[in-house]
Amino acid sequence: MNSAWNNSASGSRASFLAVITAPAAWITLFFVIPLSVIWAYSFGRTLGLTEVAVTGTLSNYVRVFDPVYLLIFAKSLVFAGLTTAVCLVIGFPYALAMTFASDRGKILLLLGIMLPFWTNLLVRTYALMAVMRTEGYINDAFGLVGLGPFEMLHTNFAVIVGLVYVHLPFIILPLYSTLDRMDRSLIEASLDLGAGHIATIFKVIIPIAKPGILSAIMLTFIPALGSYLTPDLLGGPDSQMIASVIERQFKRANDWPFGAALSFMLMYLTLLAMGLRAIQDRRAARTRSQGDA
Amino acid sequence: MAKALDAKPGPLEYSRRWPLRLWVGAVILFLYLPLASLVVFSFNDSRRTIRWEGFTLDWYGTMWNDSALIDAFTNSLTIAFISMLFSVVLGALTAIALWRFRFPGKGLFDGAVTLPIVVPEICMGVAMLVFFGQIVPWPRDLVWPFDLGAIIIAHITFSFPFVAVVVRARLASFNREMEEAARDLGASELRALWDVLLPHVRPALISGGLLAFTLSLDDFVITFFTSGPNTVTFPVKIYSMVRFSVTPEVNAASTVLMLITIALTAIGMKLQGRDLAQGH
Repeated sequence: MNSAWNNSASGSRASFLAVITAPAAWITLFFVIPLSVIWAYSFGRTLGLTEVAVTGTLSNYVRVFDPVYLLIFAKSLVFAGLTTAVCLVIGFPYALAMTFASDRGKILLLLGIMLPFWTNLLVRTYALMAVMRTEGYINDAFGLVGLGPFEMLHTNFAVIVGLVYVHLPFIILPLYSTLDRMDRSLIEASLDLGAGHIATIFKVIIPIAKPGILSAIMLTFIPALGSYLTPDLLGGPDSQMIASVIERQFKRANDWPFGAALSFMLMYLTLLAMGLRAIQDRRAARTRSQGDA
Repeated sequence: MAKALDAKPGPLEYSRRWPLRLWVGAVILFLYLPLASLVVFSFNDSRRTIRWEGFTLDWYGTMWNDSALIDAFTNSLTIAFISMLFSVVLGALTAIALWRFRFPGKGLFDGAVTLPIVVPEICMGVAMLVFFGQIVPWPRDLVWPFDLGAIIIAHITFSFPFVAVVVRARLASFNREMEEAARDLGASELRALWDVLLPHVRPALISGGLLAFTLSLDDFVITFFTSGPNTVTFPVKIYSMVRFSVTPEVNAASTVLMLITIALTAIGMKLQGRDLAQGH
């Protein structure tokens, strides 16, 4: 084993320990242990206000399958799915424009999506609230043509708009990195052979970029699924997502074991999505290496 | 050259075709219109935030005199700064450990330091709530800034894995022969790491540190679960303001925060650009 550590045996072990001790200790103490506690609590029941006895019961997980909570899980999946779909439709042409822009144009378009991305999430959500309020600009615009006002804030529509607003960079960046790596001669060939631009996009660009597009979809879907702030501030009473229910169990209902079980269901869904993405990436890598051979 | 600009766009110049230009323009409007109106209305001379009543700087004055808001702001900057320092060190050590050594349990370690990036914020938030509420109760009555300890620890935990990713990407381009040369010339292993490796990864340390600072300044969900009544951060404060009373003061505070983020990013990009220009 020792030879595997590195080429020079002398001092290698000491420097290895010097490098690894702090991060390993930190991640164990402040991440692995807290998550393990939550995991253990999900098999427990409440005794007092914040006291939990870990009894090994599965009743919390059974409760997750109660229609009320199943519906919230389903709704969260639909919200996240819709958000991802809208982001893809809005973001794909943007990523395409970025790919074929000049160097300066690329930087400008990149900054264009990164500046809002760096802006505090709360600030962005607050900005959207002002725009969508019943007395906000959108309704002012509708008023000019004699329509409205529409109730937009605190609806499911507002939640989707908010989620799209927040997650647009999540899809544009990976889409851009996929499209940018693409072999341009294939697109030129398609155009030379008489295909139109739209046909080229659907029949050449999208099929070639498919693995990257799927990966981008996952990278948008995963954070959208666990959103807390957007549905909380922009949504109404019927737009709760999983995270809001988890928050309620821990902060108000004081049912930590049930909240813990919900958290881990959300975690399993996230890890499942990650796993699918990893499998997809591996398959893409294999086809690529076969293509090269 | 001018002729080329006037000419019809070439077949692959998608960015110069009008439907795509229109689309990009619409996306930019969608992203910036709400933020622009937020900034404009921070100068509005009216308590109600929806009609333009004339220019004023009063809301910035109100904000300046709002001691709770200023405290929250100081807390946020302090937390972000300390978290950044720790995250850079831990992130660099993680990256070097994973890049340089093979050891039993490497996959496990790699997984454990990648997980904070993918775990939903809410799950980490409740884990921190339980951990600092029950397992290791963080004393609530410590003197500033030690009362912020729980929040700082939480922020370091979700930030340093991002720094590790950035540093690892940079390490991939390191020429191992440089380190071997240093060793041949008599440097100890740690000395070689310090003198040869560190200068190489410096740009990554800077951008990683900046990322950690921004992540910390931006975080709401995890802080929301870790903070107590006396340890309010800027986003948590804004959250309660938005929930209970929407005045242009919130706009003013948001504008200041946006300016700080933009300034920090610009400084970081400039530093990084200079570092990259210096012989890499």
